[in-house]
Amino acid sequence: MRVQKCKGTRDLSLKEMTQFRLIEGIFRDSCLKWGYQEVRTPTIESLHLFTSTGTLTPGTLSKVYSFLDWDGWCGERVVLRPEGTIPAVRLYIDNLADKKLARLFYIINTFIFEETGKENREKWQCGTELIGAGSTYADVELLTLSIEILKKLGLEDVELKLSHAGLIRALLTGFGLSVEEQGKVFDQILDGNVAVLARLKSQTPELMRLLTPLLDLKGKTPGFLRNLKAVFNQNLPEFTPALDNFLDIVDLLENIGQKYQIDIASGRGFEYYTGIIFQLFVGKTKVGGGGRYDALIPLMGGKDIPASGFALRLDRLMNIVKASPQIEQGPENVLIRFVNDGVKIVKEAYEIADRLRNTGFIVALELDNENKSEFDWLIEMKSTAPRFTIINQLNKNKLTAKTSEEVLKITGERK
Amino acid sequence: MTIKIALPKGKLLAETAILLAKAGWEMDGYNEGLRNYRVKSARFPDLMLKVFQEKDIPIQVAIGNYDIGICGLDWLEELTSKYPASAPIKIRDLGYGKGTLYLAASGDSAKMPSLTSLLSKSEIVRVASEYPNIAESFILNLRIKRFNIYPVWGAAEAYPPESATLALVAGNTDEKLFNNGLKSLCKVLNFSACVIANRKSWGQKDLSDILATLEKAKTEKSEIKMPEKVSAVKHFSIVAIDKDTVRIALPDGHQQKHTVELLNRAGIKLDDYPSPTGNRRPISNLEGVFIKVIRPQDMPLQVANCNFDLAITGRDWVTDHLNSFPSSPVQELADLKLGWVRIVAVVSKDVPADNIYDLQGFYAQNTAPIRVASEYVNIADKYARDNHLGMYRVIPTWGATEAFLPEDADLLIENTETGSTIARHNLKIIDTLFESTARLVGAKNKEYSSIKKARIDRIVGLLSKTVSK
Repeated sequence: MRVQKCKGTRDLSLKEMTQFRLIEGIFRDSCLKWGYQEVRTPTIESLHLFTSTGTLTPGTLSKVYSFLDWDGWCGERVVLRPEGTIPAVRLYIDNLADKKLARLFYIINTFIFEETGKENREKWQCGTELIGAGSTYADVELLTLSIEILKKLGLEDVELKLSHAGLIRALLTGFGLSVEEQGKVFDQILDGNVAVLARLKSQTPELMRLLTPLLDLKGKTPGFLRNLKAVFNQNLPEFTPALDNFLDIVDLLENIGQKYQIDIASGRGFEYYTGIIFQLFVGKTKVGGGGRYDALIPLMGGKDIPASGFALRLDRLMNIVKASPQIEQGPENVLIRFVNDGVKIVKEAYEIADRLRNTGFIVALELDNENKSEFDWLIEMKSTAPRFTIINQLNKNKLTAKTSEEVLKITGERK
Repeated sequence: MTIKIALPKGKLLAETAILLAKAGWEMDGYNEGLRNYRVKSARFPDLMLKVFQEKDIPIQVAIGNYDIGICGLDWLEELTSKYPASAPIKIRDLGYGKGTLYLAASGDSAKMPSLTSLLSKSEIVRVASEYPNIAESFILNLRIKRFNIYPVWGAAEAYPPESATLALVAGNTDEKLFNNGLKSLCKVLNFSACVIANRKSWGQKDLSDILATLEKAKTEKSEIKMPEKVSAVKHFSIVAIDKDTVRIALPDGHQQKHTVELLNRAGIKLDDYPSPTGNRRPISNLEGVFIKVIRPQDMPLQVANCNFDLAITGRDWVTDHLNSFPSSPVQELADLKLGWVRIVAVVSKDVPADNIYDLQGFYAQNTAPIRVASEYVNIADKYARDNHLGMYRVIPTWGATEAFLPEDADLLIENTETGSTIARHNLKIIDTLFESTARLVGAKNKEYSSIKKARIDRIVGLLSKTVSK
C-alpha cells in the first residue's frame, strides 16, 4: 500500500534541494557580509507566545497548527510556529537582551493551514531582524539588503511596494472609529479584506473627500505624500508623524536611486507592524516583505526597543530562480570499483577515496545498482597487477597504475 | 441511490418526531422509547434513517456518511467554527429547540469579571465548555491574550469561579442567570433545530421529495409545545476555600445512586445530592470540605489541574486521560468496587473475525482506513496503535456508539456490563481491553498543609475501609 504525503506539503527532491541550498547560500552569505548573525528558533512554541501579543489577527490564529502536548493537561496548547518574527524576538529577549543592537538572520519553516491543500501549508523563509535601531537608515538598510539578495539570485525586475502601518492606523482614527472598531477593521485589512475600507468610506462621506486619495494612493514620487501632508497638516494633524516618517524613508530611497511604488491599502499579513511596510514582487509573485514593528518587543515583555525586519519566501523563490550553471556542474565525481579480492583491498580503497575527496573530488565506493554512467571517473581496483585501471569517462582515456600515488597523480593532472 | 438521514436522539427527539409525523413520514420506532438506532419510514421505505447523539450529526453529515441531518445550530457551529472547509449546508431553521449560547461567569460580584477586564488581563483566562471550538474562536476574536480551554462533557456551569474563569453555556434565550449562580457576560450564538445537508449531496443528489415534505410540515401552523423553562437555582452558598479545604468532585448522572450509597455507608452525609434542582454544590457533614458535582469524564483533567484534590470517577476515564497525558499526576487512591463494566472491542457480527489478530488480517488488504469509533478517543487510539491496525482513523462519539456499526465505523471501543446492548445491535465482542470500576482519584506529589493532608487521609481511609467491609 502506498501512503500519500499529507495535503499541502511538498517534497524537496534532488533538484529542489539544489535550488534551496543555492538561495539559502546566497542569503546567508549576504547577511553575514552585512554583519548579521544566524539564529534558529524551535519549531514548537507555546501558543500563547502568539496570542499574548495581540498582534496576530484572529484570522491567522484560527489557521495555526496547535495541539495539546503529551503533558498539556492544563489545556495550554503548543503550536508549530506560524511565522518567524515573534519567535526571533522571543529569542532576542531570552538570550540577547544585553545587546543594544542585534542584526539577526534565520532560515526556517513555518506552518499555516491553507484550506484547499493546493498551496503549501509548510513554508520556508529567509528572515532578518534588525533589533535596536529605530532610524530610517535601519529601514533602508533592510530594504537595500533584501533587494541586493534578490539581485544576486539573478532577479533583476524586483518591484518594491511601500505602505505605512502608522498611516493606516491614523487613517482609521481619521474615520472616527473607536479603538475597538479600529482593531476590528485593521484585523480585516490585515486578513486581506480591503473592501472594508471602501465600506467605511461610504459611511463617512464628509471625510471621504480628504481620505480617499490616501486610500487609493498608488504613485511613484514623494510628491503625492507631500501634497497630502500639506492638506492633512491643517485638518488631521494626527497624520503628520506617520507621513513625515514615510517621507524620510522615501527621500532616502530616492537618494540611493532605489525605485519603488506606493500602495497604502496593501497591509495584508503584517499584523505587528507600526511603521513602514514593504513588499517585494517579481512579476506577480510576492517573494518577500517586511517592515518596522516598534511595539512588539515591549508587548512581549522586553524593553522599549525599536525593531524592523524582512523575510524572503524561499519556497516561492525556488520556483523562479534559475539554477546557476556553476552549482549544477559541481565538482567531478569518482567511482571506485573492486574487480576482485574486495575484502583484502578495501582498506586501501578507503584511503584512496579519502585522499581524492581531500583534493576536491566527490568519491563513492561501488554498491549494488550503481549507475556507472553518472560518474566522470572510474577507478577499478584489484589485488593483482595492474592494480588500478583509471578511466576518464569524459574523454574516454584509460590508464593503468601500480600504486595509489600514481592514481592520485593521474587524476590530479586533470586539473 | 439511497438517501441517508441522521436523526437526533435526546432533547430534540420528541419535537422532531412530531415534525416527521406532520410531514407524513409514518415513522416506526422513532420515539422516546427508542430501542433501535435504525428506524423506518413507511412513506419513504428506501431511506436509510439512523438515530445519533445530536452532537455527532454535523460530523456525520460533513464527512458524507449522511446526506441530511437534523440537529441544533449550536452543534453545527461547533463543527464549522473549527473546520469551515467541510461545513454542511444549513437548509432550514425548524423553529424548535431554541436556545442561546452565553459566555458566563460567576455572579458573585466580588469575582465577576467584565469583558474589558478579561482583555487587559495578563494571567490565564480559563474557559470550560461543551463547545470548545466555539469557545476558542470567540475568545480569539475577543483577542484575549492567554487562555486555556477545558473541553468538558457537561456541567460547564459548575466550573466558575473556582475551577474556571468563564463557562460557555447554553441557556434559554434572554436568560440572564444560570444554574449555580452564573451570570451572562455576553451572548455568543442564538440557536434552534435545523435541517442540514452534506455539501456534495446538496449539489448532486435529488433530495427534493424529502425536503418538500419537511418544508410543508414546517409551514403548517405549529402546535409544538415549547418545553417549560427550568427554573434556575439562584441560591447556593459559595464556600470559602482556603489552603486547608479539601475539594472533592462527585459524579452526576447515573453514577450518583451508587455514590450516595457508598458515602452513606462511610458515614458521609450529603445535603441535596442528587439534586432535583440541579444544584452542583452539595453540602456535607465533613469539616473543611468543598464538594462540586461534575461529569466523571471530566474529572481526571480537573484533578491534574489541581482544581480538585479528590474525585470519584471510573478507571476507564482515568485510563483515557493517562493515555493522552502519560506524565499527568492523576493516580488512583482506592478501588470503590462500584459500577463494574468492561471495556471491549466490538465489530459487526458479519465481520469474519473473532479476535483482534483476525481483524488485522481481515483489514490487511484494505486500502481505506479502519474507522474506530469511541467515546474513549485516547484508549481507542492507543489500542489501534498497539495492535498495529495500520492505517486507521479514530472517530470521537458522544454516546450511542453502537449505532455507528457497520455503516459508519468498523470497530468500536465501548463499555459494557452484560453485553446485551451489543448483542441486540447485531454486534460482537472480539477483545476485552480491561475492566473498570469507580475509583477514588487524587494527584501525585502534591504538597498539602498538615491539616489538609489529615483531612484527605481521613476521607481516603473512610472510603477504603467501607469498601473492604
